[in-house]
This record gives sequence, C-alpha cells and structure tokens, in this order.
Amino acid sequence: MAKIPVQFTLNGSEKAEFIDSGTTLLNALRDKIGDTSPKGGCHQGTCGACSVIIDGELRLSCLTLAETCNGAAITTTSGLAEGGVLHPLQRAFLDTFATQCGFCTPGMIMAAKVLLEHTPNPSRDEVVEALSGNICRCTGYEPIIQAVLAAARANSQNAA
Amino acid sequence: MALALQTFPTVKDANAALKAPGTRYLGGGTLVVRAANEGDVLVFGLVRSTDPALTAITVADRKVRVGASVTMAAIARHPELAILAKAARAVGGPAIRNMATVGGNLFAPAPYGDFAVALLALDAMVGTEDGELPIETFLAKRDGSRSIVTSVGFTLPKADGFRFLKVSRVKPKGVSVLSIAAVLEQAADGTVSSARIALGCMADRPMRAKATEKALEGKKLDQNGIAAALAAATEGIAPVTDPIASAWYRAEVLPVHLGRLLLA
Repeated sequence: MAKIPVQFTLNGSEKAEFIDSGTTLLNALRDKIGDTSPKGGCHQGTCGACSVIIDGELRLSCLTLAETCNGAAITTTSGLAEGGVLHPLQRAFLDTFATQCGFCTPGMIMAAKVLLEHTPNPSRDEVVEALSGNICRCTGYEPIIQAVLAAARANSQNAA
Repeated sequence: MALALQTFPTVKDANAALKAPGTRYLGGGTLVVRAANEGDVLVFGLVRSTDPALTAITVADRKVRVGASVTMAAIARHPELAILAKAARAVGGPAIRNMATVGGNLFAPAPYGDFAVALLALDAMVGTEDGELPIETFLAKRDGSRSIVTSVGFTLPKADGFRFLKVSRVKPKGVSVLSIAAVLEQAADGTVSSARIALGCMADRPMRAKATEKALEGKKLDQNGIAAALAAATEGIAPVTDPIASAWYRAEVLPVHLGRLLLA
C-alpha cells in the first residue's frame, strides 16, 4: 500500500512524514518521528499514558489516526522544557516525588497542562477530575495531585 | 493489516464508500480504532466525512439537533444543553470526551454507551441519509446499520424533568455498573403523568424500563408511590456480566439505584 504524507506541528516544529494509512498518531510519533514521550500502555483508551494535546485539546494518541492530524498543532511532554529549564509541571512532579516508574507521567503532565491552561488555580477535586482518564499503578495518585497543585501555586507566584 | 482511511467531504460519498466489505465509519476513534488495536481483523477499511453539519448543534424552541460527530465535551460545555452535561461527563475521562462522539455512543456495547441511555430516555430520533428512526428502533437494528448516522434530535425536557445516574466503582471516572436516565412529567398534585426510563448495562444495549414506567404513572415520587415501580425494575432485563460486575449483581442493585434516582 502506498505511503501517505502527513504534516503537522510538533512542539512548535514543522514535521512531515510518509506513513501507512491507518497508523496511529502514537506510532507515528514514536516510531517515525522519534518522540517517545507518549507511551503505549493499553492501546484501548483506558490508561491515558499516550495523552497528547492536539489543537489545545487533550486527546489519546493511541486512538487517533495520524492522517487525521494534518495541519494540527501537537504538544507532547518532550516539548515542555525550554532551554534546559523544566516546565513548572515537570519541576513539581520531581519535587513532590510524583513519579515512580514514570510510565504514566507524560500523560499525567499533558492532562494537567490542559487543566492549568483553563483553570490556573484548580481545586483538588478539579485536579482529580482532570486526571481521571490517566492511570498510575505506582504512586497511589496523591503525590501526583499534590504536584499539579504545587505547579499551579508556582505559576501563580511567578505571575504575581 | 494496515487500515486504509478514506475521507470524504460529504456524507453521501462516505455512505457509498461504506458499502465495501470490512469497512467501518470512523467517528472519534474510541470504538473502531480501539477494535483495530485489539486485533479485530474484520476492520480493514475506515471511512469518515468532514461534512460540517456533522459537528453542528442547533437549539431552537427546545428542539435540539446534534450532529453525530459532536463530542461529549462539546455537549458538556454547551450552555443550552446543561441538563445533559452530567450524562456527557459520564463518558470516559477528559481525553475520551474530547474524542467520543454522539453518533459513536449509539453503537457502544454495554458497559459503555451511557450517553445513549440518556438519548433513549429523551426518545431521540436518529437521523441518517435514509431518514429518521426512533432511537429505540435504531438501537434494536444497529448491528445491521450500514448508513452513517448524521444526527440525533430530541425535545429538551424541563430542567427538573430529566434525571441521570451512573454507578461505577471507581470515582470520578469508571466503567458503568449501570446507568439510568429518566424523563418524568408530574401533574400539579405531584403525581407522575408520564415517565420514560432508560437503563444501561441491563442488556447488551440501552433498554427502556417499560414495566417501571407503567407502574409509576399516577403515583407520587415517594417511598410508597415508587414501590411498585421498583418491584417491576428487573422485568425484562438481561444484564451483562463483565469484569466490572456480574449480571446477578447488576440486577440486585438496579432497584436500589432506581429508587435513589426517583426520590432525589
């Protein structure tokens, strides 16, 4: 089967690739483009490890076909750090020990990023709701919730 | 096997392409891409349409038309569909709600399809290029459906006339043990003049609780008034058994949760 072209912006950089029709965005990102920050967990839309932000909305890259993303702006966790300085969410995950095996962390950070963009000072319940599509099997969630709340506080202090 | 995706600007052209064997319609991807990821070899062609009518929501004089590609997130944030927000938010987590569509939910097998339960209680009409079908008829025939669903239409009930409940073991997001939606109209004296109650997970697809509806008519929504309705709640059900709950458990707890919904 002939390859088809896809073109989108990934973390601010233009990307163009030839892929097989039906390739998931997750596979295109990891295997063709080399961005391995989205993880392939369940491939069923259950675990959230593959979460990315497409045109400002949180989506699951394992259930999104890459060719439907032509012209889209895609953000992954690998694009958050700037000039070697971690994003406040990444910093908070480290500082609050919200990572153990780390497999779920990129998806958690993507979900948290969308939350903080719309709700800069979320309540604990809002954080729980925002992370409700992301499964962690290590930390018991509480450090992750605390990390998101800490990042929100850090953002507020920086903005003040 | 690679999936071949064909994209068409019109539903008509997409419908024509959908006639090919092994072809499924791609909405948000939460059902068909998942099936392909799981190794469903019966899916090897996907068709989608970018017709803007599929993503439109119109509300006029309480008549609602929702395009089949409208997502759960779009329903949940639409100011004029506030009474449906709870049912839309019952579907998946935030990422799934940005992808899962109204049309797709009509095809979601139990224990999924919570929004379709709400649509069934609303007595929605399901639109295709061939015309409209009452949702109850559509759900009964959905396995043989080969015409792309384009819209659902329904009349908005009064704000206090629609009730929705989803029971899951994991909070705030979990797969359904069961879901219940009810459209209740009450006379001035508080008695129920009309009831439409739909159940999720009580069969392989959403079903109406007709014995319960009949038992509620003319009754008040209090402990005594709903007793007969609760006794009839399990009539005609064939709950699913899955890792979330057994059929026995679902049948046992249905009257409990139905009672809570009716007395709320």
